[in-house]
Amino acid sequence: MSIWTETLVALLVLVGASFTLLGSIGLARLPDFFMRLHGPTKTTTLGVGAMVVASAIYFSVTDPGISLHEIAATLFLFITAPVSAHLLCKAALHIAHKPDNESKSKD
Amino acid sequence: MRRFFPHPALSIAIFLLWMALNNASSLAHAVLAMILAIGLPLLTRRFWPEHPPTVKLLPAIRLFGIVIYDILLASIDVAKLVLGPTKRIKPAFIEVPLDMQDPFVGTLLASIVSLTPGTVSIDIDRTRWVLQVHALNVDDREATIRAIKARYEQPLKEIFSC
Amino acid sequence: MLNAVIQIAFAMIALAMVLSLYRMVRGPDATDRILALDTLYINTIALLVLLGINTSNSAYFESALLIAIMGFVGTVALSKYLLRGNIIE
Repeated sequence: MSIWTETLVALLVLVGASFTLLGSIGLARLPDFFMRLHGPTKTTTLGVGAMVVASAIYFSVTDPGISLHEIAATLFLFITAPVSAHLLCKAALHIAHKPDNESKSKD
Repeated sequence: MRRFFPHPALSIAIFLLWMALNNASSLAHAVLAMILAIGLPLLTRRFWPEHPPTVKLLPAIRLFGIVIYDILLASIDVAKLVLGPTKRIKPAFIEVPLDMQDPFVGTLLASIVSLTPGTVSIDIDRTRWVLQVHALNVDDREATIRAIKARYEQPLKEIFSC
Repeated sequence: MLNAVIQIAFAMIALAMVLSLYRMVRGPDATDRILALDTLYINTIALLVLLGINTSNSAYFESALLIAIMGFVGTVALSKYLLRGNIIE
């Protein structure tokens, strides 16, 4: 593997890991459920996407033939992230609107 | 032709997906992908009652590029907010009135809004055609609404001509 | 160089998993826990992809793909349960 591809893979892995970590920091730090939702749906998805692309480049270079199945995984992640976020939002609103929870103010 | 390929786009997608999953390794997989691409739409045609919408390719590619770029921006945006003081973040629920009445395009818009900066879509009200979004940090509601409409809804309307 | 970077990335992903676990234990709502579980799934995918690069073995990737699918179905089923009280209607 040449120095350029190695640098590219290393960079993508580092960026991916940083974004994954930032997503989880958001999940742990932010004060409200709807705010917490932003971290995992955007940042973590992009982080894992970057790492998967790094893996695609790495195996395309080291193994014979090109490595394409990572592309399918990236696509899958980016399609499913908004869907699960949407469903979780709906569930959260549903719970918040239950009568016995009404006294807890949700701002 | 219509009989064997009720949904040409779906067939192409299945073929490409199968080839990607097998790293496009051999001719045998291409044959199997062909069989799946013809067989699966025929088997599941009852789940897809409507005809697929026609897509304008050039605006679609342009929108795809914009969305990829915005996903990058979104992550950097969230990262900045997450690492700074959390007290200064001003979240808000915003309602974006939609100009189109198509469930599929609406879903696509909601997904794009979820992945792009500052907003996560919560629900589409199908009686009023309003997209409810939660924004992480807003200073100006009107500007957010205008941005969503101009940047994503307008191209989507152009692509699906609705 | 790649090796050192991968070791650092391992540490970062592990920290991310700890933070997600913290949110899962802490709650306070059921939706928070599901969101944390979903994030944990995605973190696991990252970990497996990293492990694949580290050992130059692409077989890890197949399990990452399986976890991605299972995680998505699990999140959808759990949210659906909260929303309606049953999963299959």
